[in-house]
Amino acid sequence: MTDLAIAANGLRKSYGDKTVLDGIDLAVPEGTIFALLGPNGAGKTTAVKILSTLITADAGETRVGGHDLAADPQAVRAAIGVTGQFSAVDGLITGEENMLLMADLHHLSKREGRRVAAELLERFDLTEAAKKPASTYSGGMKRRLDIAMTLVGSPRIIFLDEPTTGLDPRSRHTMWQIIRELVTDGVTVLLTTQYLEEADELADRIAVLNDGKIAAQGSAEELKRLIPGGHVRLRFTDPAAYQNATSALPEASRDDESLTLQIPSDGSQRELRSLLDRLDSAGIEADELTVHTPDLDDVFFALTGGTGIPNQPKEAVR
Amino acid sequence: MSSLTLAIRDSTTMLRRNLLHARRYPSLTLNLLLTPIMLLLLFVYIFGGTFSAGLNGGHADRSVYIAYIVPGLLLMTIGSTVIGTAVSVSNDMTEGIIARFRTMAIHRGSVIIGHVIGSVLQCVLSVVLVGAVAVAIGFRSTDATVLEWLAAFALLVLFALALTWIAVGMGLVSPNAEAASNNAMPLILLPLLSSAFVPLHAMPGWFQPIAEYQPFTPAIETLRGLLLGTGIGHNGWLAVAWCLGLTVLGYLWSTSKFNHDPK
Repeated sequence: MTDLAIAANGLRKSYGDKTVLDGIDLAVPEGTIFALLGPNGAGKTTAVKILSTLITADAGETRVGGHDLAADPQAVRAAIGVTGQFSAVDGLITGEENMLLMADLHHLSKREGRRVAAELLERFDLTEAAKKPASTYSGGMKRRLDIAMTLVGSPRIIFLDEPTTGLDPRSRHTMWQIIRELVTDGVTVLLTTQYLEEADELADRIAVLNDGKIAAQGSAEELKRLIPGGHVRLRFTDPAAYQNATSALPEASRDDESLTLQIPSDGSQRELRSLLDRLDSAGIEADELTVHTPDLDDVFFALTGGTGIPNQPKEAVR
Repeated sequence: MSSLTLAIRDSTTMLRRNLLHARRYPSLTLNLLLTPIMLLLLFVYIFGGTFSAGLNGGHADRSVYIAYIVPGLLLMTIGSTVIGTAVSVSNDMTEGIIARFRTMAIHRGSVIIGHVIGSVLQCVLSVVLVGAVAVAIGFRSTDATVLEWLAAFALLVLFALALTWIAVGMGLVSPNAEAASNNAMPLILLPLLSSAFVPLHAMPGWFQPIAEYQPFTPAIETLRGLLLGTGIGHNGWLAVAWCLGLTVLGYLWSTSKFNHDPK
């Protein structure tokens, strides 16, 4: 088990009679990105709080960075860095002072502290704002400062609780880039997210957390295979063209009322091209073509036994 | 690093953070200073004439009343300053940065110790400022020796430490700044029910024991004795006992609250 950065067995936590975590197991190899994917209230934040020593679990055995969470939390703390869901910066002081505060708490020398602070502020594009109070920062800047502060102690394991929630698309992509860079140095990252897309982009392995239990665990590819629902939808206005299409694509499921066909597909370029080739060779032109990829809703419907996958309202046009 | 060096180093860092807050945003501390200064001026110049007649066998003499109320007001200044401590502790606990501190390999108590030392320093500064105003309007100690001055200073620091620990506990159990300010309000109201402004024997008989044994009166009487040469009697050890008792109580309360799992 030495190559596991995080190993949790049977983690449980309840508040009163509300069970938040109902026995979860996690295994995160060193140097990888692991995503805990789930909706609000699934227990993601509670899991991060337990793993980062903020709260204690009711039951379960956990080793983080090789140290037992219950027996030696201080050793765990020395190995980890945490960026919580709500910004953990001191808004009353400047960005630079926040960084120097972290340097002091990591017991760096004054010179080393200044060097590390300046370097990280530069890396996270905060040099210009360094002398301004952190409370005046935008959401994206606060998150960047937050992560920069987490990195001051060069932690080997980093917890990021919903690192992109509330960020605009540009800041989100910046954050993704930052997270990818973290693991190139051999750091282990455990992040939580509500977005399958984000987990897909970043994570080597994903655990789907639902209602305090892990509904599924695996790589993005493995999870997607569990989820039906990826398909191409063709819509026609001309009933004759629709009829032609139904005979050219016998595997498609039909909706004669709205003159639409659904063809199962993973949405890849190759599958799309072969579909388009078949349509072309049959001389069929659809009035509208949309590609539907599974989203988190589908994951949950599929993994928690819900039904109604084929006709989700959400659509993504590629 | 030994755990003591770790404790000292991290507490110093936290103290620096709190002093930075206080320096950057002095309005809270200054607002709280206004109360004792206003009361000092109000009681001396508006009520002082009449009140001093009561103290002075019918002779109105403001300087007699200045001497009478300054010790009480200096201690009230401490009560007022630590309301700010309760507010800033409560504010701090709602900040995400405290969660960050809890996940770092730092001395666990340093967050609280930083607040406590910062608060005691602010109390001393406030007492000096209010004391300067008192001297400016005519307060003079009567033949206090160096030793008595030192004892007076030690008493003020000890009293500040005791009230600070209680205020920190109040800050920790208050969900927000308003609640913290309300919860800590008794610390500035208690002096009104002590021997700060009028002597105990002028109060209704049934109330005298309450006024006599609450924490402020013994401290006020001791300070009065040290600076003005009045009798201290059993008030000296009562004051020290109150200070130590409140410090221990506040310490246990605060640390148990802080070490509890956050919500």
